[in-house]
Amino acid sequence: MTRQRRSVLDLLLTVLTWAGTLIMFAPIAWMILTSFKTEQDAVSYPPKFFFTPTLDHYRRIFENDFVSFASVSVLVTLVSTAIVMVLAVPAAYALTVRPVPKWRDVLFFFISTKMMPIAAGIVPIYLVARAFDLLNTSTVLIILYTSMNLPLAIWMIRSFMVEIPRDVFDAVEVDGAGRVREIVQIIVPLIRPGLASTALLCAIFAWNEFFLAVNLTTTVSTLPVFLQKFLSFGQLYTAQVAAVATLINIPVVVAGWLAQKSLTRGLTFGAVK
Amino acid sequence: MTSTSLSGGHKAGARRNVAKGWWDRLPLLPALIFVISVTQLPFVITFYYSLQRWNLVSTNAPRFVWFRNFINAAGDAVFLKAIANTAIITFSIVVASVVIGGLLAAGLNREFRGRTIARTLAITPFFIMPVAAALFWKTGVYDPTFGILGWITDDLGIGRINWISQYPKLTIIILTTWQWSAFSLLILLAGMQSFPTEVAEAAQVDGAGRFYTFRRLMLPHLRPFIELTGLLVAMYVLENFAAIAILTNGGPAYATTNLSYYVYLEAFSAFDLGRASAFGMISLALAMALTIPMLRIVSGIFKEGGRA
Repeated sequence: MTRQRRSVLDLLLTVLTWAGTLIMFAPIAWMILTSFKTEQDAVSYPPKFFFTPTLDHYRRIFENDFVSFASVSVLVTLVSTAIVMVLAVPAAYALTVRPVPKWRDVLFFFISTKMMPIAAGIVPIYLVARAFDLLNTSTVLIILYTSMNLPLAIWMIRSFMVEIPRDVFDAVEVDGAGRVREIVQIIVPLIRPGLASTALLCAIFAWNEFFLAVNLTTTVSTLPVFLQKFLSFGQLYTAQVAAVATLINIPVVVAGWLAQKSLTRGLTFGAVK
Repeated sequence: MTSTSLSGGHKAGARRNVAKGWWDRLPLLPALIFVISVTQLPFVITFYYSLQRWNLVSTNAPRFVWFRNFINAAGDAVFLKAIANTAIITFSIVVASVVIGGLLAAGLNREFRGRTIARTLAITPFFIMPVAAALFWKTGVYDPTFGILGWITDDLGIGRINWISQYPKLTIIILTTWQWSAFSLLILLAGMQSFPTEVAEAAQVDGAGRFYTFRRLMLPHLRPFIELTGLLVAMYVLENFAAIAILTNGGPAYATTNLSYYVYLEAFSAFDLGRASAFGMISLALAMALTIPMLRIVSGIFKEGGRA
C-alpha cells in the first residue's frame, strides 16, 4: 500500500520535473522553431506547429555585415581567453602550489573585483580608450574581457590545482625541476580537463558580453551589438531575429554543454565542486 | 629572515631573500597588475571625476565642485527611483531564481529516465546570450500581436496584454529570472548531490518521511549553497543591462532604469560625465555594502577548498 503510494508520488514528481524542465526550455524551442518559419507563418495566429520549413532566414543572415561582427566576436573571444589562460595558470600556481605570503588576501582581492559594478568605471574606461585611440577596436574589448575573466579563471584553476596530491610536488622538488618546467610539464597536463572547462567558461562570458561592447565600440564590434541593431530596423522581423539568435547561440550552448561537468565549480569560483 | 644586523654576510643573505621573495611572486604579478590597472584604477579616476562639474555638451571647462554632484544626486528624483528599481528588480530576481532553481533541482535530484537530458535542457537558458534572449522574448513572446504570451492571454479571455508597456518591471524580472534560475539550478543541484547518502539512508531506516527528510536534513545542509547562490545571482543581476537596454530602454518614465542603466544614460546620452561619475561611485558603494557582508557569510565554503 505505502509502496504503491510512493511510486504514484514518484511518478507525479517526475511528471512535474519534466513539466518544469520543458517550460524552461520552451522559449528556446520556440525560438528555433520560429527561425525555420516564413515571416507570415511566424506571426500567424493560432501559432503553427506544422509548417513547411524554410532556410531563407539563415541565408539572409549573411547578406549584411553579420560576417564582420561574427569575426570580431570570434577574434575577441579567442584572444582574450588565450591571454586569460596564459596569465591565470602562473598566478594560480603562485597562490596554490608555492603560495606567496598573504595569498589568501590576494585571492579575496580577485573575487572582490567581480563584485564591483563595471558601470562605475565606464566613464574613465571610455576616456582612456579614446585617448589611446582604442575606441571602436577589438583591442579594447580584448583588454577588458581579459581583466573581466581573469579573477574567475584564477579561482577556478586554483581549485583544480588544490586537488593535485602533495606528493607530486615533493617529487618535483627532489627531482630539482625548475618553476617553468614544473608548471608546463607536470601541472598543466594533470589539470588539462579543468583548464579546458575554464577556457570554455571564459569564452562564454566574452562571447555574451554586451555593456562594454555597446559603450566602447560601434561598427567594429561583437555580435550582441549586431543584434541590438535589429531594434532600430523599426518593424521587427520575428523569424529573422529568431534565426540570428539561434545561430549565434549555437557555439555558447555547445560550449556550455561540453563544460557541464566543471561548470558549477567555475560559476561559484571553485566553491562548489 | 629579517636580519637587519651587523655583518655584511647577513645583509647579502637578506637581499637574496628579498630577491627570492620577488622571484616567488613573479608568476602572480602579470595577472595582478593587469587586473588592478584595468579594473581598479578606473574607480580611482571615477572618484576624481565625480568631484567635478563636467558636461561635454556645455561649453564650460570642467570645474572642481567638491561633493556637489553627490548632494545633487540625493535630490534627483530619477536617481532615487533608480535605486528603488535596482532594489526591487534585484531582490525579486534573486528570490524567484533561488525558489524556481531549487524546485527544479529537487525534482532533478531523483532517479528517473532521461534525467541527464532533462538537466541539460533545464540549464540551457543560462548560456543564451542575454541580448539574443531579450530580443527574441520581445518579438516572439511579449509582443501583444505577434508574441506567444499575447495569444495565451487572449485564449484565456484576458485579451492581448502589452506586457512591456503595462508591466515593464515584471517583463525584466521574468526574463532575467528565466536565465538565472537555470544558474541556481546548477549550483543547488550540486549542493543536493553533496548530501551524504548515509544520512538519507539512516533517515529512511528510521521511518522519516520524504518531506520531513527534505525539510529537516536537506534544507539545513543546503543553507550555505542557497546563500552562495543568492550572493552570486545578486552580484551579476545588480548590473543587469542587456535586458533593460533591449526590452524597455529603461522606460516607460524610468520605471525600469536601474543604477547601471542610469549611469549609462547620464554618461552617453546626457554626456554629463561629472554626474555619471558620482552615480557610479554611489552604485559602487551600494554594491560593496551589499556584497561584502554576504561574502563574509559565505566565505566559509570558499575556504573549505583551500589548502590553508
